[in-house]
Amino acid sequence: MNRFLRRLATALIALMLAATCVVHAIDPLPFRDRAEEVRFQNLTRQLRCLVCQNQDLADSDADLARDLRKEVFDMMRAGKSDADIKHFLVARYNDFVLYDPPLKPGTWLLWFAPFVFVVIGAIAILRILRRRTRAAVAVSVHAPSHTEDDW
Amino acid sequence: MNRLLPLLGFFALVGLLGFGMWWNAHHEANEVPSPLIGKPAPEFALPLLYAPSQTLTKKDLLGKPYLINVFGSWCATCQYEHPILMAEAKKLGVPLIGMAWKDPPAESQRWLQQFGNPYDTIMSDADGRAGIEFGVYGAPETFLIDAQGVIRYKRIGMLTPETIASELNPQLAKLGAGGR
Repeated sequence: MNRFLRRLATALIALMLAATCVVHAIDPLPFRDRAEEVRFQNLTRQLRCLVCQNQDLADSDADLARDLRKEVFDMMRAGKSDADIKHFLVARYNDFVLYDPPLKPGTWLLWFAPFVFVVIGAIAILRILRRRTRAAVAVSVHAPSHTEDDW
Repeated sequence: MNRLLPLLGFFALVGLLGFGMWWNAHHEANEVPSPLIGKPAPEFALPLLYAPSQTLTKKDLLGKPYLINVFGSWCATCQYEHPILMAEAKKLGVPLIGMAWKDPPAESQRWLQQFGNPYDTIMSDADGRAGIEFGVYGAPETFLIDAQGVIRYKRIGMLTPETIASELNPQLAKLGAGGR
C-alpha cells in the first residue's frame, strides 16, 4: 500500500513537472539568428489569437494563428517594424489583437476608472475620518473618554 | 439615511450584475467588431473555384453591391448556414459570392456537390491570405460591399433568416438594392 502511494506520488509529481514545461506551438520558421527569433517571440506574445481568444499568438495552435505567425514572420523579413506589424493586424482585426489596450479616448474609462475609484475612496475615508475626529473631540470635551474608535 | 447607504450600495452592485447578465445574453462576447466597416474592401485577386485559370478581382465587382460569404468544407457552422443560403440567396437581390477559405479546392467542390451551390460565383482562397486581408477569423463570415467597393456590413457567424431580416435587408435597402 505504502509503495503504491509512493508510486502514485511520483507519477503525480512527474505529471506536474511535465505540465509546467512551457509548450510553444512551434512551427519550424527559418529564423536567421537568435535575435530574430527573440524578436518574433516577443512580438507574437503581445498579440492575441482571435480563435482561442485567451491565448497569445505565440502559444496558440489554431490554424489561423499559424497563418498569422507566418504573416508576422514574412513582414519581419520584409523589414517592417514591430509598430508596422501591429498596425497591420489592428487595421484588420481591431485593437482586440493587442493584449495591451492602447490609450485613446475610447479606452479612457478602462485606463482611468481605477484611479477615479481610488480618489473617490480616498475622499470618502477622509470625510469619515474628519467626522470621527470631530465627534471624538466633542466627546472628550464633555466627558474624557477612554474608548477607542471602533473601526 | 447613512444606515441605508451600504444597502443602497449593495443594490447598485446587484443592478450592475443584472445589467452584465442582460448584456451578455444579448451580445456575442467573442465577437470582434471589424474595423473595416465603412472602409474600402481590401484588394483581392482570387482564382475561381470552378475555373482556376481565371481570377476574380475587386475591380471586376465594382459597380454594384455584392455579398461575400466566407465558408469552408471543414467548417461545422457553415453546414448549418448552408440550407439558409440555399433558401435565401436568390431573394437577396444582390450577387452572393462565395469565398472558400483555407479549403483545398477539391474539398470545397465536393462539399458543394453534396449540399448544393447557393453562390453566384465562388473564389478560392486556399491559403487564407485574402481572408487575413479581410480580417476573417472564423467561418462563416459575410461581408456586404457596396458599388464603390466599401464594406458596409459584416456578419460574424452564420446568417439566419432572423439576421437577414433584421440586419442584412435594412443594409441592402440603404444601398437601394434588394432588401424586401
